[in-house]
Amino acid sequence: MQPQILLIGIGNEYRSDDGAGLAAIRALKAKGLPGTHFKECTSDGADLIEMWSKAQIVILIDAVSSGAHAGTIYRFDARTRSIPACFSFHSTHAFGLAEAIELACELNLLPPILIVYAIEGKNFATGMGLSPEVEKAVQQVVERISQYPSTLHDRPA
Amino acid sequence: MKAKTIKVDYLARVEGEGALYVKIKGDKVTDVKLKIFEPPRFFEALLRGRMYSEAPDITARICGICPVAYQMSAVHAMEHAFGAVVDGQLRQLRRLLYCGEWIESHTLHIYMLHAPDFLGYPDAMHMAQDYPDIVKRGLHMKKAGNAIVAFLGGREVHPVNVRVGGFYRAPSKQELGQLVEQLKWGRDAALETVRWTAQLPFPDFEQNYAFVALRHPAEYPFNEGRLVSDQGLDITAQGYDDHFVEEHVPYSNALHSTMKERGAYFVGPLARYSLNFDQLSPLAQEAACTAGLGPACRNPFQSIIVRSVEVLYAFDEALRIIEGYERPEQPAVELHPRASVGYAITEAPRGILYHRYRLNDEGLILDAKIVPPTSQNQKTIENDLRHYVAQAIDVLEEQLTWQCEQAIRNYDPCISCATHFLKLHIERE
Repeated sequence: MQPQILLIGIGNEYRSDDGAGLAAIRALKAKGLPGTHFKECTSDGADLIEMWSKAQIVILIDAVSSGAHAGTIYRFDARTRSIPACFSFHSTHAFGLAEAIELACELNLLPPILIVYAIEGKNFATGMGLSPEVEKAVQQVVERISQYPSTLHDRPA
Repeated sequence: MKAKTIKVDYLARVEGEGALYVKIKGDKVTDVKLKIFEPPRFFEALLRGRMYSEAPDITARICGICPVAYQMSAVHAMEHAFGAVVDGQLRQLRRLLYCGEWIESHTLHIYMLHAPDFLGYPDAMHMAQDYPDIVKRGLHMKKAGNAIVAFLGGREVHPVNVRVGGFYRAPSKQELGQLVEQLKWGRDAALETVRWTAQLPFPDFEQNYAFVALRHPAEYPFNEGRLVSDQGLDITAQGYDDHFVEEHVPYSNALHSTMKERGAYFVGPLARYSLNFDQLSPLAQEAACTAGLGPACRNPFQSIIVRSVEVLYAFDEALRIIEGYERPEQPAVELHPRASVGYAITEAPRGILYHRYRLNDEGLILDAKIVPPTSQNQKTIENDLRHYVAQAIDVLEEQLTWQCEQAIRNYDPCISCATHFLKLHIERE
């Protein structure tokens, strides 16, 4: 049976580069990847745990502010590596992505595979549209994630 | 004279970004400032020149936690301006949608943000190590609230099915019936939550507040009612600007609201509960009494119990609405835009949310005013801290700082709404 893949874009498109995760998920959805479900999460980390409760493979995409160059792409396996302390996911609310992963870990509610893509943002001010560096990074992340389903198809059962 | 400053540069577990600064000289608190750094977002200016029909979806973006409240205040204000009446089942559906938002917002605060304070944990993640089943219960209850909002609103956050005059689509009775089992479970879990929060340790800290909330003759308030206080205020939303003023303070980006006759006032669950206890459902009233609450509650630390009672009420009310629901013939009433000013107040989870719009004869917004609950509570939060620190002046710095943060979290402040993020600064000279 094909493992269910869930792609989740997180962010607020009205806070400039904070919309990177949403832009990526919409581009991926437009590609119509096989066996893949798409979700948008705009604010509340607690909802993520419910969102991924039935998925085997989950990929999260969010904007981050860590002090690196705008457009820097991070990828890590949340099951094997905790989110670096210097990462600030730009949740405007108290319970964000990092908290959701940590809480799910404590409650044994993490999906079997949980990959996080974080895109370094530059401008998180009120307004719409991504910085050019972030726009380019979103395209790169979309290209990379587009390969996942075919990779899984090719994988022997 | 010995003096000190306590400061917290980043307040955790609050919605948004800000800081607290407390200055103490000897045994006296000389200064308290709740600082909100988040830059103002100019939503009111953004609304000018937009059509009346856009206001619910634009203002919903002010907050990811309470978008329904913004939508409800916006639609009621527009309908007031146009002289439209939305009643019957459409009105009930709006109440149902509000039940969903109260459950989502209150449950997140009770379990993830506030409970760790009482149990001595830095956050819900640490609390989950010792109380996994309780934290899971909180998550499942929140999911039930999400289900209502997603079902009626089209998605969990920033619902897209609400419009001035009603909804884009009204569900069938059969469709709504799908929620019943989940809500029945939620009602039982909410009853357990009231019992659980009632046995948490609370400091003795009753204050003399001026409570302000909506009051409706026949129901616990969500969407409609007169604005009343326990100090004699009794007005319609139209009279709000005559009795309340907003002022800028140099250290905060959020405007401070005061009542002209009194100064600081208190909005939110404690005010709502204390002014409307008699309108709670029998189940919620009984649970509140068993939890040791009287018909009024003036200890802000016990707001966690009051929120639990309101969650219980919201589940109970949601089930009552679904039971009596019949699909309306039209999902929305007809509107006739006219040049006018519309006013509305609804009860967001954190308290009253005031909207005022001036419109031209085509329904174009000429100006807008939005007063969120957190900006109304800022002065009361500062007063609480002043009084709390004064009685705990000899408490060790680290513990006092923790208690100050807890005193702020009593209000579940949504700095995202008031402008966004919170940081604490206690100075002793």
